[in-house]
Amino acid sequence: MSEESTTTSRSYLTPFNMIAGIIIILGLIVTALRFTKGLATVTNLSDYNPWGIWIGFDLMVGVALAAGGYVTSAAVYLFGMKKYHSAVRPAILTGFLGYALVVLALHYDVGRPWRLPYPFIVQQGTTSLLFEVAACVALYLTVLFLEFSPAALEWLGLKKVRRLAIRFTLILTIFGVILSTLHQSSLGALFLIAPSKLHPLWYSSYLPIYFFISSIIAGLSMVIFEGTLAHRYYAHKMDSAHMEEKDHVALGFGKAASFVLAGYLITKVIGISAGNHWHLLGTGYGIWYLVELLGFVGLPCFLYALGVREKNLVLIRWTAVLTVIGVVLNRLNISLIAFNWHLPSSERYFPHWMEIVISAFIVTIGLVAYRFIVSRMPIFYEHPDYKESH
Amino acid sequence: MSISRRKFLGWLAAAGGGAVLGKSADAASNKHFTGYPGSKGVLYDSVLCIGCRNCETGCNKVNDLPAPDKPFDDLTVMDTHRRTDDKTYTVVNKYQNPNYPKSPLYRKIQCNHCLEPACASACFVRAFTKTPVGAVTYNASVCVGCRYCMIACPFEIPAYEYDSAFSPRIMKCTMCYPRISKGQLPGCVEACPTEALSFGKRDQLLKLARERIRKYPGRYVEHIYGEREMGGTSWLYLSAVPFKEIGMREDLGVTPAPELTAGVLNAVPMVVGIWPVLLTGIYAINKRNQKVADAESEAAVTVALDQAKLEAETKLSEALAKAEKEKAEAIEQEVKKALEEAAKAQEADDSDEGEEGTGETKTEEDA
Repeated sequence: MSEESTTTSRSYLTPFNMIAGIIIILGLIVTALRFTKGLATVTNLSDYNPWGIWIGFDLMVGVALAAGGYVTSAAVYLFGMKKYHSAVRPAILTGFLGYALVVLALHYDVGRPWRLPYPFIVQQGTTSLLFEVAACVALYLTVLFLEFSPAALEWLGLKKVRRLAIRFTLILTIFGVILSTLHQSSLGALFLIAPSKLHPLWYSSYLPIYFFISSIIAGLSMVIFEGTLAHRYYAHKMDSAHMEEKDHVALGFGKAASFVLAGYLITKVIGISAGNHWHLLGTGYGIWYLVELLGFVGLPCFLYALGVREKNLVLIRWTAVLTVIGVVLNRLNISLIAFNWHLPSSERYFPHWMEIVISAFIVTIGLVAYRFIVSRMPIFYEHPDYKESH
Repeated sequence: MSISRRKFLGWLAAAGGGAVLGKSADAASNKHFTGYPGSKGVLYDSVLCIGCRNCETGCNKVNDLPAPDKPFDDLTVMDTHRRTDDKTYTVVNKYQNPNYPKSPLYRKIQCNHCLEPACASACFVRAFTKTPVGAVTYNASVCVGCRYCMIACPFEIPAYEYDSAFSPRIMKCTMCYPRISKGQLPGCVEACPTEALSFGKRDQLLKLARERIRKYPGRYVEHIYGEREMGGTSWLYLSAVPFKEIGMREDLGVTPAPELTAGVLNAVPMVVGIWPVLLTGIYAINKRNQKVADAESEAAVTVALDQAKLEAETKLSEALAKAEKEKAEAIEQEVKKALEEAAKAQEADDSDEGEEGTGETKTEEDA
């Protein structure tokens, strides 16, 4: 895209643009169907399965994978790890886009999206975990927007407003961590009300803690993963500081992820012990649980440690992919796969192809927006006018 | 960026204020609520149910629900197990009788009107109300359609109008709230030809149920379903066989749904209160460490600089002295050299005068 903006003669028919174009056209058609014919036309949702992939993937996974923003800004601005400074802006950007898309996806999922502000302006259902999620997501989206705004303001050349925005960095970071702690954990706590529907291996009173810890893991791994992709496609956009720091970021974040994964694994084992669910590990669901726990928590914990010890960046990057898949799997297990496990297979949910189209459509919008922004705004480099200003 | 004490206290106050105004922790507290006094309920005695589906008809009629695909007098629909949906508030299902295979068992399904409803606790816009009369009602005019109530309901009752693009609603039994408010019977109870359904005060119904169990030993299992399940429900059940034989879950426990989330909700103000202190503290400690480190390195640099300066000075003065000495020597040497040269020149002049002839010959040879 950046090449296209500089050399206008180049064709827009790149493979990315073609595939993105097809998905967006399909998405727009399904969008029209969704908002004229209702949910029944485009989804496989039922009275037994009120939440499908628009919640399980777009909301649950989306929020978890957008955790890089708060993790990175906390590391740099609160924990004083200034050597990762170049990772903050890309992480804030993906966090902001992630949350914006989560909110967009919710407009598809809820029956009357124009009423989404009702919980704040009409009646507050404060006994609901969903109220907490909604309030925190709405506030955090605002925080991320403000945290992201300096990049946009530098691009627009609004120096005075930018100076004002920069002054709020610390308080926004603290606010962001509070809000993230609350809503990342509350997404897990949403399922606390349904012990009779979620498989006992996944149901635990520690669910909010699991969701919070795994969001840190997801955030760290996504920063490594996105950094790898960004470096592959946008190396020409990166300044020397970014290029120098990126390997430190992978090593440092990989090390942190290994530690947090180890802690997560321990708390999960404590959870099984607390519920005394050892006997369930031999069942079909139990084996699936072990696949998640050993293959996507234990293994990446070990591989990250190995990669950091041997300074093997390739291994660290692949481990980041494995870890991200693990978090996706965990969220899908809790919201869809191990949810309603007691029902006969005829009543179980499998997404309609049009639901998948919308999910792909939303991810594609995110990618296009990301490309638009990084090829224009100072994300991977410091704007020459604002060096030395932080 | 640095923070002043005033700024920090300001944040603390803001966080504290937010936590205090945030939410009432009592709303989801673990106080046990045993129902509004004198609230109504329905006792369903499955032993007396004959599976006639009249209750379904009555419900359909009084609630103005759409006509079903198959008429209500078609009893073959009971061959499959059905659930409530967006067009049906109540269904009666047929189950095999383990004791008497020839006489099937029936079970009516509808909203159980929990004393502490999961749906009401889960709704983020308070669309559900546990009314003092006992009915759990739903207000479609505020409903956003998130369907969290359907996730939360342990009895899998609320259904959704997925077909509606513009005004989808949650659909569920209201215990005929408009009718019972006027002193009428719920539609299903009124339509029941046997005494399988009894409407009345919940306390009285519990007594009635106990009496039936006592009066007819062996006819009922000794359990009133709904007395304590999920903290108690307004709809109560009697059965001749264990309840799971007629499709009712026996593993729901007695904890009211709001209690399941109360702990987490109560932790919210604590996170809001403690996190700013903790995070600002971490920031301040790092800032201070940085400052100390900076000061230390600055001091080290100053010491090093001083030392270097001193060294340089000594070196310089040494060099200067050396240079001076060398210079003096050089001058001396120059003078000496010049004197020697002068002496040589004098000598040469003297000899030149004496050897003029040889000098001429040499010039010729060179040419």
